[in-house]
Amino acid sequence: MVAIDITEQSRPSGVWLRRLAGATGPLLGLLALCVFLSFSTDAFLSLRNGLNILDQITVLGIMAVGMTFVILIGGIDLSVGSVLALSMMVMGWTANVAGMPLGVGIGFALIASAVSGLIVGLLVTIFRVPAFIATLAMMSAARGVANMITDGQQIVGFPDWFMMLAIDRHFGILTATVFLMLIVVLIAWLFLKFRAEGRMLYAVGGNPEVARLAGINVQLVTISVYVVSAVLAGLAGIVLAARLDSVQPSSGFGYELDTIAAVVIGGTSLSGGAGGIGGTLIGVLIIGVLRNGLNLLNVSPFLQQVIIGIVIVLAVGAETIRRRRT
Amino acid sequence: MVTEPVLSLRGISKRYGPLQVLNNVSLDVYAGEVVALLGENGAGKSTLSGIIAGSRAPSEGTMTWLGQPYAPATPREAIDKGVVLIHQELQLLPELSIAENVFIGRWPMKNGVIDRGEMVRRAQEQLSRLNLHIPATRKVAGLSTANQQLIEIAKALALDAKLLILDEPTAALGGAETEALFNQVRKLRSEGVGIIYISHRMEEIKQITDRVVVLRDGVRVQEFADSATPVRTIVESMVGRPLERMFPPLPEPSGRPVLQVSGLTSPARSFRDVSFEVQSGEILGIAGLVGAGRTELVRAISGADPISAGTIKLNGEELKLRSPADAIAKGIVMVPEDRKDQGIVVTHRISENVVYPNLDMFGRRWITSGMKRTFAEQAISKFGVKGRAEQYASDLSGGNQQKVVIAKWLMRDPKVVILDEPTRGIDVGARAGIYDIIVNLARKGVAVIVVSSDLEEVLGVSNRILVLAQGKQAGILTREEANDVSVMELATI
Repeated sequence: MVAIDITEQSRPSGVWLRRLAGATGPLLGLLALCVFLSFSTDAFLSLRNGLNILDQITVLGIMAVGMTFVILIGGIDLSVGSVLALSMMVMGWTANVAGMPLGVGIGFALIASAVSGLIVGLLVTIFRVPAFIATLAMMSAARGVANMITDGQQIVGFPDWFMMLAIDRHFGILTATVFLMLIVVLIAWLFLKFRAEGRMLYAVGGNPEVARLAGINVQLVTISVYVVSAVLAGLAGIVLAARLDSVQPSSGFGYELDTIAAVVIGGTSLSGGAGGIGGTLIGVLIIGVLRNGLNLLNVSPFLQQVIIGIVIVLAVGAETIRRRRT
Repeated sequence: MVTEPVLSLRGISKRYGPLQVLNNVSLDVYAGEVVALLGENGAGKSTLSGIIAGSRAPSEGTMTWLGQPYAPATPREAIDKGVVLIHQELQLLPELSIAENVFIGRWPMKNGVIDRGEMVRRAQEQLSRLNLHIPATRKVAGLSTANQQLIEIAKALALDAKLLILDEPTAALGGAETEALFNQVRKLRSEGVGIIYISHRMEEIKQITDRVVVLRDGVRVQEFADSATPVRTIVESMVGRPLERMFPPLPEPSGRPVLQVSGLTSPARSFRDVSFEVQSGEILGIAGLVGAGRTELVRAISGADPISAGTIKLNGEELKLRSPADAIAKGIVMVPEDRKDQGIVVTHRISENVVYPNLDMFGRRWITSGMKRTFAEQAISKFGVKGRAEQYASDLSGGNQQKVVIAKWLMRDPKVVILDEPTRGIDVGARAGIYDIIVNLARKGVAVIVVSSDLEEVLGVSNRILVLAQGKQAGILTREEANDVSVMELATI
């Protein structure tokens, strides 16, 4: 009899590289991009430009964390751009029209976002609406409500301290908004990696039936994930308001696609159950660095869209080929 | 063996509306024994194992577990008591590590975070208990099916299972892998774990189980405690009628070669230098262990995979196959091994399934559903498919689905028909119907190739048997030379 192969070993590639949860390809791409831009432009490689890039990716970065959770459980969230706008308008209206303190406005904004996420979560679990459809509906509805609040008008003029959150560089380095993004990313990373609740997302995305049989409350996990995604979109809206010092209902149009792109470039699988925050951070940085670098190279914004499209295909294609080989 | 059973079932019945699935079934399982649960599809095996494992509730009857009343409301409750069902389809998360799969949903915690060191250590412990020397930190994706099966068992052991229900554990395993699994099952038995073993393969039942309990139409019909009971007696008790014959008599091949293959080699070398011919009216069996290259070989002949060397000739004409469409156009068709993924679209109607490979036969006309139905009714009436053309394929039994998969090709008058594992997952009673179809094809002058892991099947239905061993052609046996010993000798070279 042929002996059964009971000694299947790990593949011999570097252990520390694989620790980055499948994000090695995107990481190499990001490094290559930085090296290329450092040599082809004078302005790219400087502390100032680096901090600029961080400022530019805060909104995308915060939303991408929520989207990573959603995609990890095998879902999708098309509503984040609209929820971001809804959050901004609720905050602006509470503070500048109803005249309450801005802090209260921020609270209401986050509550409004959470309610949107809760509705999506209930639709997906209790009413079994496919996530694509449920969030497509919320994308339309939340945008509509955002417009109704001021009949499509923008609101300007917030307290100075609010604007300074996105401008004032503490210790000469980090603005409060960038700091907020880094905290969100760090907490999300620790949560996914070390908390039982975080690992549940991988189980649910990998195979909901396996998760259910293992005693995991799949519906609760799913609802929570959509709420968290919406709240993070709302938080991103507040950061955007601080950066712009104004709120308007058309904000965040098309952001859901940038967010999904960042997560996918970062190696999180659209079929769920594989990927992580490390990859998403790299995906967000790739989009941020690419936009920044292409601006420095004076590439037209239209051509930039084409290039980002190509990068998405390259990233996902490389990942697919890598998987096929294993 | 202790005298008290670990699990007792008394008068278990289950009804779905007017449908009585289980009727007054009683069963005892003792520690340290392997009980085979046998029955045709629909006999109530999976309902019964579902009731024991807590995923279904019985309509009537009581259960006792270790002397206490036992009525699990959820699988989790059963698992907590030590009753674990290992499903036929593996329930692993391929992207996660072995350790994490073993402890999914019950991660060892320390200070509110997952204790990865402890998790890996305890998982490794269970792996070595099963004599499995794989690092527990490895991802599950890419492991062999046999090893994944063992990891499922490790998962159950980590839950401190006292009763394991194995549902068709060897469905995807080859001879050597099955043997390795059996060694572990025997080891668990000697450690006092009670095991309920569900399988269609009589050979295995004889090898591994202490007792055989037969269910038919939801009723426990018989128990065989004697290992000397002939297989035939057990099968007759399952189907409820004497078996006249499983395999129909084979027709005499015409002597005219239809398919000639010489020096065929795959780019990945999963098979190398394979040469054979199949005559009109002949059935060639292909045997070998899992990984011997059987499926790869027939996929290449049917145009699904490329070849790097060798020739395929049909009626003397050399073929250059670039795709299954090329092969189909020449008259070579394949009934693939994985019915649900490759053979049939279960969410579509029978008529649609039959029409898909034959769309070109409708010419340039617009296709109406009436035309599809007429076409499909023609096809399925020839094969005794129990079902109507407008039914959905998911409503059919495995055996009838397989007949639809075969029927859809035969409207084209193929010259070569390749069947890969034609009766996998199909119960014993329905198998005879499939064998009849295969033999009838040969009688009509088709050259037939049957690939199978079931030795009895290959021996029963083939004029000659080609044996592959690790991608190499180990030999071709005539019907007179072939028996289970001579085939296994060649297969394990």
